[in-house]
Amino acid sequence: MLASLGARLLSFLHRMGCAFVFFLNSLRALLSVFGHFSLLIKQLYAVGVLTLLIILVSGLFVGMVLGFQGYNTLVDFGAESSLGLMVALSLTRELGPVLAALLFAGRAGSALTAEIGLMKATEQLAAMEMMAVDPFEQVIAPRLLAGIIAMPLLAALFTVMGVYGGYLVGVLQLGVDSGVFLSSMQHGVDFYDDIVTGVIKSGVFGVTITWIAVYEGYDAVPTSEGVAKATTRTVVSASLAILGLDYLLTAMMFGGA
Amino acid sequence: MAETVSGDSENFVDLRDLSFCYGSRVIFDHFSLQVPRGKVTVIMGPSGCGKSTLLGFIGGRQRPQSGKVIVNGRQVNGLAKRDLYELRKSMGMMFQNSALLTDLDVFDNVAFPLRTHTDLPATLIRKLVLMKLQQVGLRGARHLLPAELSGGMTRRVALARAVVLDPLMVMYDEPFTGLDPVSMGVIVKLIRELNDSLCMTSVVVTHDVPEGLSIADRVYLLGAGNVVASGDPDYMRTFDHPVVRQFIDGLPDGPVAYHYPAEDYRQELLGRAQP
Repeated sequence: MLASLGARLLSFLHRMGCAFVFFLNSLRALLSVFGHFSLLIKQLYAVGVLTLLIILVSGLFVGMVLGFQGYNTLVDFGAESSLGLMVALSLTRELGPVLAALLFAGRAGSALTAEIGLMKATEQLAAMEMMAVDPFEQVIAPRLLAGIIAMPLLAALFTVMGVYGGYLVGVLQLGVDSGVFLSSMQHGVDFYDDIVTGVIKSGVFGVTITWIAVYEGYDAVPTSEGVAKATTRTVVSASLAILGLDYLLTAMMFGGA
Repeated sequence: MAETVSGDSENFVDLRDLSFCYGSRVIFDHFSLQVPRGKVTVIMGPSGCGKSTLLGFIGGRQRPQSGKVIVNGRQVNGLAKRDLYELRKSMGMMFQNSALLTDLDVFDNVAFPLRTHTDLPATLIRKLVLMKLQQVGLRGARHLLPAELSGGMTRRVALARAVVLDPLMVMYDEPFTGLDPVSMGVIVKLIRELNDSLCMTSVVVTHDVPEGLSIADRVYLLGAGNVVASGDPDYMRTFDHPVVRQFIDGLPDGPVAYHYPAEDYRQELLGRAQP
């Protein structure tokens, strides 16, 4: 029992070490992306633009639900004029970065792992190596950078759509005054304390998700079962990492306030 | 600084005293093999004897636990990554499942090494790619994606890609497996013709005996971690050695056992019940 636990721990530490070395190799290869700019554009389309629909629709509905729930709670205290502030703070500080990251991990992260895993299984990565082309420069680095760039932008769009959804429900459906809704946001949301912290969170989530996704794909057992397991691991590990990191970042940013 | 080994100029590849194990399973035990320059060398042997691993050693993708892998006078298993990649520019490889880049069409697959390693203008790259595709008979298929090609066609595209940089050596990993007779005949012909017309060295790993023997200048038969026999195809066809005869004649049983090691069959069926 103890030996088995020790073996599992050693295996976990070994995997973490491999993932870290992989990350360093990916960072080294990042410079090469500027020589292959078209690869970055292609990946920005794949991980960013193709994730846009689910982000925008989810953001809109989350904002609409926040509008309903917030109004029903605030109206009891006669504070429905703060609905705009509540929706905006919830989205910029927490829901925007976290939910966008979870959706990004499910949509783009799983696709990255499956694509790289299949490239490994069909020997495309080995073929690149034999053609004297470094897979880190050709495959890994453009995807990693695209994920790092796309994630904060997607989180920002999620937040904007969420605020719009809250506005639709609060103002158009429930009758909160439009000027009050918007001015409470304008006065209550601080650029550095709320928006910048949200951007920092989504940036950290972007690095983490994409790192996990490309590593799991590159490390996948080159069979259909291996790729399937790696894809599942990406979604599970990335989701747990997002939630864990969110707690740490929130504690660091707001813990002493 | 890459190590240059004083080698035999007649041999493009010189594998010296290699040993390699997967866990406790010995694949090569003080194994040596030479690939003559400008010739087609065919390496045959039963599945799992380490044929493809040999190509991994030559290309530097795998390293033996001991011994030297010398390619064109340079010791591959001591090279830094940059030197290894430089050496690989003089090698081409055709993988068993072709390994075409699935997001690129036929033209772009063949153009990929040229675009990556040369500064040639697009018009010249176009001409070079069309010439290679013409050689393999697929100039008209240049706009197709890998998913739209048959098995034989993907091998031919992979072959065009392998030779597009005019390498000094091309390695073929099981080039005939899973092909219909017509496609197989085309690949056999292309390997021989490309080797002769481009003055290359070719290493073909296969267990397709008639096809392998028909194009080989030199044949190696591997087994039990070492070379069982080597020689020209005529010599191998007539060599009276039990392992050679079993392999060349395709006999189901012999020195290379048909059955994976197991406990006694009768005892397992009738004796004590065990999973």
